[in-house]
Amino acid sequence: MTEKYNMPDERGHFGPYGGIFVAETLIPAVQELNAAYQRYMHDPEFIAEMDADLQHYVGRPSPLYHAERWSNELGGAQIYLKREDLNHTGSHKINNTVGQALLAKRMGKTRIIAETGAGQHGVATATVAARLGLECVVYMGSVDVARQSLNVYRMKLLGATVIAVESGSKTLKDALNEALRDWVTNVDNTFYIIGTVAGPHPYPAMVRDFQAIIGREARQQCLEQTGRLPDALVACVGGGSNAIGLFHPFINDASVKMYGVEAAGDGVETGRHSAPLSAGRPGVLHGNRTYLMSDDDGEIIETHSISAGLDYPGVGPEHAWLKDTGRAQYPNITDNEALEGFHALTLMEGIIPALESSHAMAYTMKLAPTMRKDQIIIINLSGRGDKDMQTMAKREGIEL
Amino acid sequence: MSRLAATFEALAKTGRKALIPFITAGDPHPNFTVAMMHAMVEAGVDVIELGVPFSDPVADGPVIQRASERALAHKMSLKRTMDIASEFRQTNQQTPVVLMGYLNPIEAMSYEGFANAAQRADIDGVLTVDLPPEEAKECCDLLKARGIDTIFLLAPNSSDERIKKMDEVGSGYLYYVSLKGVTGAGHLNSVDVENKLQQIKQHTRLPVAIGFGVKDAETAKTIGNIGDGVVVGSALISKIEAHLDQPELAKNEIVALLTAMRLALDSLSAL
Repeated sequence: MTEKYNMPDERGHFGPYGGIFVAETLIPAVQELNAAYQRYMHDPEFIAEMDADLQHYVGRPSPLYHAERWSNELGGAQIYLKREDLNHTGSHKINNTVGQALLAKRMGKTRIIAETGAGQHGVATATVAARLGLECVVYMGSVDVARQSLNVYRMKLLGATVIAVESGSKTLKDALNEALRDWVTNVDNTFYIIGTVAGPHPYPAMVRDFQAIIGREARQQCLEQTGRLPDALVACVGGGSNAIGLFHPFINDASVKMYGVEAAGDGVETGRHSAPLSAGRPGVLHGNRTYLMSDDDGEIIETHSISAGLDYPGVGPEHAWLKDTGRAQYPNITDNEALEGFHALTLMEGIIPALESSHAMAYTMKLAPTMRKDQIIIINLSGRGDKDMQTMAKREGIEL
Repeated sequence: MSRLAATFEALAKTGRKALIPFITAGDPHPNFTVAMMHAMVEAGVDVIELGVPFSDPVADGPVIQRASERALAHKMSLKRTMDIASEFRQTNQQTPVVLMGYLNPIEAMSYEGFANAAQRADIDGVLTVDLPPEEAKECCDLLKARGIDTIFLLAPNSSDERIKKMDEVGSGYLYYVSLKGVTGAGHLNSVDVENKLQQIKQHTRLPVAIGFGVKDAETAKTIGNIGDGVVVGSALISKIEAHLDQPELAKNEIVALLTAMRLALDSLSAL
């Protein structure tokens, strides 16, 4: 890419992707949000308040850690982990919820709603809502409520109301549907904190901007520690917020390869997966045009992944654009491979990753050995694995 | 003149209001829908909105969501919805049929493929809930070139600017969503609706049909007194849902409700 990257356009398009595809009642709401976002992202006072929260409340900057033992074991590139798992609440999700909650406060909204899959975004939202004294309602598919019960309990402790969604596949997409229905009904006093880089404009750009602190820090830390830029970035992609957060500040660095790792579930060839960029087609869902898992009639297909956070039939429109332009690549990793990645990092480095992030670990196990020892990979370790203990134990036949 | 325009013009001449039922195609079974459409015409409806089932109907409340799920369980699709409209048209050349649904099934078919198929099925109008005018031009132009109207929504929070835009891009009629929320929700506030309609009418000469929250003859009359037409959906689908194993009984109850609404609306023009 020779020209400086400057996406999206003013109506939220990343090439043919993105845009605003919502019912008329939400148009004034997204317009109001966009005006506030455009205003405050350039407001020094807002930025200063957000930066202070990110430093003192979230614990930023997160470390960039050289996983030396694991790198030697794999025998190829040097692996660095961007430690988003060390953030307050245990994942990258809080970078975005801090930003959006401050925006909600500026806009005078008194009620926060959110959707969640793995529960990390729900917890991060309930956390900031508690701190700011805002009412908080979190929608979560009932399948996810069952497999992420620890996070459900955390949200309730934080004062949030968790609503189990029983419609459709009872996972993340259905939670998003229900949150949109709530928003359309309570649009006057309610701010919808979307957790990923999807939804109608300005969400994909706004969430990216709040998450881009990951990549800005990683870029600076890599230069400080190694004197050079990384050769490759690896991050898991469900909706794609942790990946775009890492990738975006490197987009103009042509030498840096980007790998967004989708969840292949039982294997893309089985049809039981959550990999729209690998095996989906463009379409419109949840307010934007992007790659989707949909059938020939345009109905959304149920998705499968061991990780609730990746169990989503769409993907952020910017990833769709980065795929089409070839700037980023989107390989996929099966459930079983992700488990290998989970165990490898845990045993080699004493760090237990989230199952979502484990997809990025597993892909790195394939990628690193193909690279030279003087080359550098940065992986976004987007969340910690504590929430997945029950899922892991069940999968491996262990009673806790 | 389009079938929709002609219908509203004829109604206006006699001071009558349009009665517009919404049912989901293929609910509870694909074999049921054509007969239901004819029965509704017998009951005196003026336009039929035929819901295209979609897996993720984010603007709909639980009643219409479940209707979509029932229809999809019978492999209902956009294509088969148009087959139903086409079959209806074989014995009814007067009553306009409007497809109401979501964008993704149209995207899957391609805009041009959809426009051609809609023309073949003699569809009169298309209302796509998640396709606002800013994104609608390509699809709208293809439909317009084939004489098919594009119906847009207006909401309680729509600005003057927004109403003017809908007047420019929309045709056939405008659909005013009378409350903030999903289909089948809440209670109407007729004073609010009346005030908003006055604002809307300042900016458009298109007929305005009002929907969301119309439950019975009384609400139909109240709303009919304010707009040019009344849309009723969830109240009809509730009848289908109450008698899933006896579609004939559901049909009779729907006909009874629509007949009562027709009488209530016509009592307005008799005043």
